[in-house]
Amino acid sequence: MKKVIHLAALVAALAVPGIAAARDLTVVSWGGLFQDAQRDVFFTPFKTETKAPLLEDSWDGGVGVLRSKAQAGDSNTWDLVEVEAEELAIGCEEGLFEVLDPAKFGGTEKYLPGTASDCGVPANIFSIAVAYDGDKIASGPKSWADFWDVKAFPGKRSLRNGPKMNLEFALMADGVSADKVYETLATPEGVDRAFAKLDELKPNIVWWTSGNQPMQLLGSGEVAMTTSYNGRIPAANAADKRNFKIIWPGAMLNVDSWVIMKGSPNSDSAYKLIDFMGRPEVQAKWPAKLNYGVSVTDAQKLVPAELAANLPTAPENLAGSLTLDAGFWVDNIDQLTERFSAWAAK
Amino acid sequence: MNETTSTRFSIKAAGFLLILPLVLFLLAVFFVPLAGMLRLAVEDTDLSSVMPLTVEAIERWDGTGLPAPAVYDAVAVDLIAAKETRTAGVAARRLNYDTPSLRSVITATVRRLPKTTSTGTDWATELPAIDPAWGKPEIWQAIARARGPWSDFYLLSAFDLRRDPGGSIRAARDDGGLYVDVLIRTFIIAFTVTVICIVLALPAAFLLISTGSGVSSLLMIVLLLPLWTSVLVRSAAWMVILQKNGLINTLLINIGLIGQPLELIYNRTGVLIALTHILLPYAVLPILGAMRNVPRNQTLAANSLGAGPLRTFFSVYLPQILPGISAGGLLVFILSLGYYITPLLLGGAGDQLLPYYIAFNTTQTVNWGLAAALGSVLLAATFLLYAAYIRVVGVQRIGLG
Repeated sequence: MKKVIHLAALVAALAVPGIAAARDLTVVSWGGLFQDAQRDVFFTPFKTETKAPLLEDSWDGGVGVLRSKAQAGDSNTWDLVEVEAEELAIGCEEGLFEVLDPAKFGGTEKYLPGTASDCGVPANIFSIAVAYDGDKIASGPKSWADFWDVKAFPGKRSLRNGPKMNLEFALMADGVSADKVYETLATPEGVDRAFAKLDELKPNIVWWTSGNQPMQLLGSGEVAMTTSYNGRIPAANAADKRNFKIIWPGAMLNVDSWVIMKGSPNSDSAYKLIDFMGRPEVQAKWPAKLNYGVSVTDAQKLVPAELAANLPTAPENLAGSLTLDAGFWVDNIDQLTERFSAWAAK
Repeated sequence: MNETTSTRFSIKAAGFLLILPLVLFLLAVFFVPLAGMLRLAVEDTDLSSVMPLTVEAIERWDGTGLPAPAVYDAVAVDLIAAKETRTAGVAARRLNYDTPSLRSVITATVRRLPKTTSTGTDWATELPAIDPAWGKPEIWQAIARARGPWSDFYLLSAFDLRRDPGGSIRAARDDGGLYVDVLIRTFIIAFTVTVICIVLALPAAFLLISTGSGVSSLLMIVLLLPLWTSVLVRSAAWMVILQKNGLINTLLINIGLIGQPLELIYNRTGVLIALTHILLPYAVLPILGAMRNVPRNQTLAANSLGAGPLRTFFSVYLPQILPGISAGGLLVFILSLGYYITPLLLGGAGDQLLPYYIAFNTTQTVNWGLAAALGSVLLAATFLLYAAYIRVVGVQRIGLG
């Protein structure tokens, strides 16, 4: 009899995952150090407080990935995803995401003005900025023109693979001021000018795709300068005892958003997590981890002043930086990605 | 029917039953997906799935000037329905493939349309008022081209071509092509790797058969070991070895041979080194098999009849191992056409093979039509080359030993 009970228990244990097709909430973010920090500040405390299970996955962006997830229907395993600005806009228009119900996470008024939208709430405010090794280059580069100057600063450069932001950087290197970049890019001549400028640097470019790569490339000496998420730079300094420096002027400010994938069976849990992450006292712990900005207005007062000065949102760092124009990329990402691929492959 | 034929028949039937699982397996995991890929390359239903009425109505348009008001009405009804289901993006994306800027026309139009259809609206004047693009023939021509259900749009794109409004074929971009260059590059890299592999495999195979059995089996393990290691691991190991401050550069600088590190990675050199290493066993093994079949006394006989080493090699030895070289070369060539991860890790943007672009269109932009078209082109090109090779060399000259 005992044997039978054991057997029954075994069968039940094997069968349960099959019956319980309902899976646990899966949060998808950008991996590496970044997601480690999010886990410490948001995910683990949320699990502790709610006692609810939470799974994680990571990705490297691309609206196509979201499209294929949405097309997968029931076999899509992603619920809450951190997306970039143009992915938010395109995905929302294409119906890849749920239209959010603000009542379920305490309203959108708590976020910085203009950062919450139909399908997304702000997840992270960051900059893509240039980093170099202060131990190798004593009197460091100051601008995009210096990034392009391989005579004064020998060595390879690393940029993120794809047209987004690289065209903006190229125009700034070519002498276009930050506030005129999108005006210039809106014309075909402006796009040609950006590609022509990228052409100059092309033999010296190593492309990166995932957020961990820039610090590895810089650390191994493979490249002399790289673009990077601003938060990864002090994190690498702390973890590996490096002396990497950030160039703030000409950095590009971005806002990532949390979205709920269309038809997610875990949308209720996802809303709870969004609500949790939006609490000022939870948000306030975020900048200390990776020097990224907070998106909740009330949390800003809780960030210590000396820390606030290192954030992409600090007024002195914002001066001369450029905010990503998602509208431009929504219209042009397909066409410019194709042109960029053709250009890069030559 | 006599006794023996019926026995023979039942043996044949039993034999067929035995291979039936294999046949079914191949059918299910090889031929069906392949057929699916070929179908995706010519199927074009993105637009008709979102705008069925428009696609039906535009059939009656002759392609000149502007279509009849009925077509405008169909667009309005379709887009209002798409606004409700949030599917307009699918149609917008398909039209944007054809003519960039149409994505914003569709999305802007959808944003400004009412939530429900009201009768009596004159859409032929309303739509151009919402976005002037509706008053020009270009958008209608794009819709007509994308109406499906079949089209050569993706296949033409795979050759950097497209149809102009008149229906004739022309270059897709003024600034040159992408995929034709990539296809040529893929074949050049595969050919280079094949040549290097054969040149390296000949002495390696000869060493394997001429040394004693102990050394030979050790060498065999050295040769086969990489085959049992994942391609990803081997490619990543080459990153460590070849990088700027990697093993090779550090060694060469330390012994004073070079002053500046060599550029061995993120370029063609890195791709060729790693691909050669990964594919070398596929060249060595067939050549080894062919060499084993050459009787040792033939070369001795040639020597005793007065032929020098070179003459012996070219007149006696080489003709007999040629089937092995052919087989090894063909294996390496066809395998290297499909490599994706190695060039991705070790090459620059200009060293990616066609499979990279298939993966890029499958997972990054999710343009499955184009990905399927590129896959079909690679498949067809491989078959053509194989057929040409058989034609020239003859199938009996390819042997695995």
